Order: sequence, then C-alpha cells, then structure tokens
Amino acid sequence: MSDCHSTAAAVGPVILRERMPLIALAGQPNVGKSTLFNLLTGLNQHVGNWPGKTVERREGSFVVGGREYGIVDLPGTYSLTANSPEEVIAREFVLREQPDVVMAIVNAASLERSLYLVAELISLSTPLVVILNMMDVAEGEGIRIEPDVLEAALGVPVIPMTATRAAGMQDFCRVVQEMSDGERVFTPRLPEIRADHRSTLDEILHHIAGYVPTPYPENWVALKLLEGDTEITRTMQSALPAEKWEAVYNLLRQHDDALLAIASGRYEWIGRMVRAAVVQPKIGQISLTEQLDRWAAHPLWGLFILAGILGLVFWLTFTLGSPIQGWLDSQVVGGLSGLASQALIDAPFWLKGLIVDGVIGGVGAVLTFLPIMIIFFAVFGLLEDMGYMARAAFVMDNVMHLMGLHGKSFLPLFLGFGCNVPSIMGTRVIDSKPARFLTILVAPLVPCTARMAVVAFLAPAFFGSKALFVSWGLILLSLMTLVLSGSLLNKTIFKGQRSAFIMEMPLYHVPNGRTIGLLVWQRSVSFLKRAGTNILAMALVVWALSVLPNGDLDQSYLVQFGKWVEPVGRWMGFDWRLTVSLITSFPAKENAIATMGVLFGSSPEVGLAQTLTSTFSTASALSFLVVTMLFIPCMATVAVIRQETNSWGWTLLNVAMLLVISVAAGAGVYHLAVALGF
Amino acid sequence: MDHQNSISLTELSVDNQATILAFTNGIGQMETTRLASLGFTPGAEVNMTQNFGRGPLIVTVRGTRVALGRVEAAKIFVERKS
Repeated sequence: MSDCHSTAAAVGPVILRERMPLIALAGQPNVGKSTLFNLLTGLNQHVGNWPGKTVERREGSFVVGGREYGIVDLPGTYSLTANSPEEVIAREFVLREQPDVVMAIVNAASLERSLYLVAELISLSTPLVVILNMMDVAEGEGIRIEPDVLEAALGVPVIPMTATRAAGMQDFCRVVQEMSDGERVFTPRLPEIRADHRSTLDEILHHIAGYVPTPYPENWVALKLLEGDTEITRTMQSALPAEKWEAVYNLLRQHDDALLAIASGRYEWIGRMVRAAVVQPKIGQISLTEQLDRWAAHPLWGLFILAGILGLVFWLTFTLGSPIQGWLDSQVVGGLSGLASQALIDAPFWLKGLIVDGVIGGVGAVLTFLPIMIIFFAVFGLLEDMGYMARAAFVMDNVMHLMGLHGKSFLPLFLGFGCNVPSIMGTRVIDSKPARFLTILVAPLVPCTARMAVVAFLAPAFFGSKALFVSWGLILLSLMTLVLSGSLLNKTIFKGQRSAFIMEMPLYHVPNGRTIGLLVWQRSVSFLKRAGTNILAMALVVWALSVLPNGDLDQSYLVQFGKWVEPVGRWMGFDWRLTVSLITSFPAKENAIATMGVLFGSSPEVGLAQTLTSTFSTASALSFLVVTMLFIPCMATVAVIRQETNSWGWTLLNVAMLLVISVAAGAGVYHLAVALGF
Repeated sequence: MDHQNSISLTELSVDNQATILAFTNGIGQMETTRLASLGFTPGAEVNMTQNFGRGPLIVTVRGTRVALGRVEAAKIFVERKS
C-alpha cells in the first residue's frame, strides 16, 4: 500500500464538492479499473445504483498529501456512443457533473483498442489523465511502451502503473495533486474527422448553433449526430425548430455511413499516437494466453475444463462449505435458540416463538449458508479476475444458442449454482433487454446450493448408496428443463429476438487477492443485508401463519392452506405435510427440512430421515425432490427478480411459469415411477 | 462488394490475415458501434485466432482478441492477405 491511502477518514456516500476535488475513473472493460478503484479507496467506498438505472455505481474517497479526493468509478464502456445505459451514464456524468479530473485507464497490453475511449474523452474538454495500467501484462506479452513518448504525443499526462502491485502510485499521487491545483497545463491533441466528412460536420454545426442544450458542447453534439447516436438525435430533434431539424435530418440521411468513417478517424489518430511509443512483439511469438486458449476455448476440451471447474466448486462446497454450514446450524443457531428459549422461559409464548422460531430459526437458517456463498463468491471472483470467465462464455455459446441466447448469458447462470440472487443481478452484463429478460426467467432453474442442501439431506435417506446418481440426475434434469423452457420462451414470448455476440477475450493474468477479497466482502455484505431485511420480514410472516390463530400448528393458517391445496399435492404423490413443507421452502429452500422436522414431530434429524423413509414411497420421494429442484425460487430471488425487471408482471409470469413446470414435472415423475413399480 | 477477393470473415482460416473491407448492409447501428469501438473498421487488419468451421470464432484485431458469434462474423467482409 502506498502513502496515498495512509490517513483515509471514513466518509459517507455523499461527495461534498466544495471541500473535495472530484475524480472520475473512466475506462473500457478489462483494463483493471476496479482494481485501481479498490487500491485507492480500500473499504472506504460505497456501492449503490445510478439513479433509476440497474447499473452499479461505486464511489469513495482517498487522501493524498493531506487532502481528500472524491472518486467516482464510471461504468466500463468501449465507447461513449449511446448503446447502453452504461455509456449514457459515463458521458452524462463527465458533461454534467464536471469532475475536476477524468482519469482514463487504458490497458497497456491492448493499447490501441483501449485508447478508443480516450479518443472520445479527450474531446469533452475536461482535464484528462491517461493511466497506462497492466504494464506487467504488456511486458509479459513482449510489448514495450514508452510513457513519455505517448505523453508527448497525446498532450496529456500519462502515468504507467501496475495497479495489481500498486506500482506507479507515487507518480499517480503527484499528478493528482498537480492536476487539481491547476499547476499542470495541458494541450491535448484532438482527433480529426476525415476530410470528406468535415464539410458535412460544419454544415450540421451551422444548423444547430445556438440550439444545443447545456451542458453539451456544440462540436461534440454535431459529431454524435453524424455518428447516429440515438440519444443525442432525440435530444436535438426536440431542441431544434422543425425546419432546422429537417435540414439536419436530410444531411444525416445522406451520410449514414459516417459512423465507420468517424471510428476509422479515431483509430488513425490512435495509430499516430502510439506509433513512436510502442514496440510490438515479434510475429510468431506464442503468448501464454494463446497456449491456454488452445485448451480453455476449444469447443470440446473447453467444455470438459468448464465441467471440471464446476465439479471442483461442488466438491469444495460439499467437503468444506456444507460441514461448516451444518456446524453453524446445529451449534450456533441451535445453541442460540436454546439460550433464547431459556432466557425467554417466562415470556409470553408468542414472544418466545417470534424470537426463537421466527427470527433465529428463519434468518439463522439463511445465514448458515454464508460460508457456502463465500466459497462461491471467491471461486467466481478468482475466475473472473484471471480472465477465465470470457472463455466459459465462449465455449457455452453453442448451448446458449438453443435458447436464442449467446455465450454472455451463461455467465450469470454459472453464478446461479451458488445462489440465484447474484445470478439474477449478474444478468446486467447482457446488453439486449429481451436476452436479459429471457435469462432472468430461466435463471431460477439453475440448482442453487440451498436446493442442493435439501437434496443432500433427503437423497441419502431415500436412496442410500444410489443417492449420488439421483443427485446428478436431478442437476441434469434441472439444466435440461432450463434449456427446454428457454427455447420455448424464445419461440413464443421473445420470438427469436437475439443480440450480437461480440465479446472481448481478455489476456490471462495473475489474479489479485485484494480485488477478489473486496468482491467477496461486498457480495457477502449485500447478502447479509438482504437476510436482515427482506428475509427477516418473510420469515416472520411464515412463522405468524404457522402459529395463528391459536398457537397450535395443526390448526394454523399455514396447515389449513396446505390442506386446501393438498389435491394439487396429491397429483405429485404428496400428502398435506409434504405440500406444506414445499410451500414453506419459499422463504428459504432449506426450510423444507425444518418444516418436516416440525410436522413429523421428530426433532433430531436422524429420526426424521427414518420417519420419512417409512412414511413415503420411493415414487413420492423422487417426485418431491424433482419439485424441490424446479419449484418457484426462494423469496429473496423473487424479490430480486422484481427489482431487476422492475415489473410485477414479469415477476409473476416467472413464478407462474416455474409453478407449472414443477407441478407438471413432479406429477409426471410420480406417475412414471408408480407405473414402473416404485 | 466491388472487391474481387472479398470473403466473409467466417471463411478465413486460422492464422490467416486479412484486411476489413466493409460490413454487410443490413447490420444494425448498435452492432456497428460495438464492432467499431473494438477496432473493427474498414482497413483494419485481422488475424484469425480460432475458427473450427462452426460455432463462435476468435479474431485478433489491433492487438485484442475478440470472440464473435458466427452470425456476427458473417456480416464482416474481408480481403485475404497473401
């Protein structure tokens, strides 16, 4: 850690502009932007959403030379043309909030491409600093860059860094101070538009002069119009008088190919900037990435590697995570409820029930899953930071095509094996809305660890030594159902709409413990927050339903409801107790076991397993496991589906869809098993 | 296409280089912007890094590896370099 960060004081999320210079971090994906942000702010950061958008907003502060700086991490975007909310957020922030300095991070190992965003930012007339990150990766690829030469060419400060090793921090601190004090004068070299479009641009400028709303620069608006930017086109259409718009519109129609000319112009500019500063490796040199990709991105071996990784994650979960979970459940939660029961021995029965069964039992059960979550978050953070995730998406592209989706949609689904909640939130990486919604709808069909925990408890009880095969069969069934319902949805609701599969394959690099640690920390905190709010509330509701009206479970509303829907349960071979167990799995999947414990009146779990085996046929057991795998997701997932789709319609559609699928599959499996004589 | 040697990017075999000529006419604004910002512009040189004849392919353009779906790659016309 450098001296930059020595005296960082705790600050809230609100950045006070009067006291603190504001820095905006901009950069394309895969340039190490988050690593630098984490390095600067440490835990002194706040994660939220951009107003009205499902795009993560991260801001924080750090101290250099006794002065505090506010820093905002802009969304990673390849350009500033309005294609997605991310691009609009990034450019609106720079234009409207007028940060004191924009730090543009570029990847030294793919300098040309990452300077494309700089070519756009440099025209926005905000003080700009270029951070040449990943110098170590570039060296590993045999690329040599001379920052001084690049600085002279660009006309803005260039700081070489390796954020993963905090190398280059001193230069960084010095430049930050100089820039915010206005000591550093800079004269950027701006990219020019090609001669054949220059006159068109001038004509557009002539028409729009005086009509451009603040804070947009006129030059920039003219360029964006010529690029065909939808947001700016809309803005100007309403800002211009009709005849002016007519003239502009006709110009644009004649030059609808201008986008590529402008992009080419930017790359020509980049070519001039880097020509003297970069020495490329000799052709024929085989890099590490190339060697690894021969396996990891191979259409067949790549799938084996992916399956191997998934197997390893499950193995870790069950050998390390599950015992800890079990220990937490019996010792900590069990101990705590024992203590609470004793402490509340004289309290009214409802208070005791509320605390012991509602709060400790309900929320405690969810919290015991934290160790398993941490394993998943850490493994996925590691794979992401190494650059492997893009390969997983790549090799799964063919499978995802069956659902009219492409490789990128696989990444959130992959995360779903840990927990469906981060998986639904992870669909934000998908840039087309239909593809994103389709992915959200099928995401709950990925078997999460909580469902696997129910299977891990029940399968050995019913199937003994064959439990492992049954478990694998259930996972396979879930995934097949996922693909099948995905392709059906694609053919019906989404009618074959799909987005383009264009994805950067970043270079592999050594993972950074700090980045992964912070990621695990942030995701765990957000999981705990949800457990403390939504899940707590729901646990209390379910508990209340299980004791009202008179404190006797057998006469409670919950059991009455279970008996009322029992006819549906009977299709699947359930009695009312199994039906109620299934319904109570809604607050948290593993509740199913807890409910059985209550309903079958045997609290030690060894006893429960035996009771269950003697009560139910194999057909009923199999059906129950199938339905558990495919049933409506837990309420935390439903809440996050509502949040991410911002629509009750889609949320209810999703719940209804899963309800139908699970009941149909359960009934089918039950009757098939009965017919086969189980 | 006025170029005689114009082929679609999907036809380029591994380790062959080509120069981008144009995108197909039906390509959308969003796709063009995404491709252009990643370095696919007319005149840019590409190297085919992985192409098994089916499924997505990997192209190296301006020093960056980019995965393209087959449908997307078919919209890019290139001229093979000898």
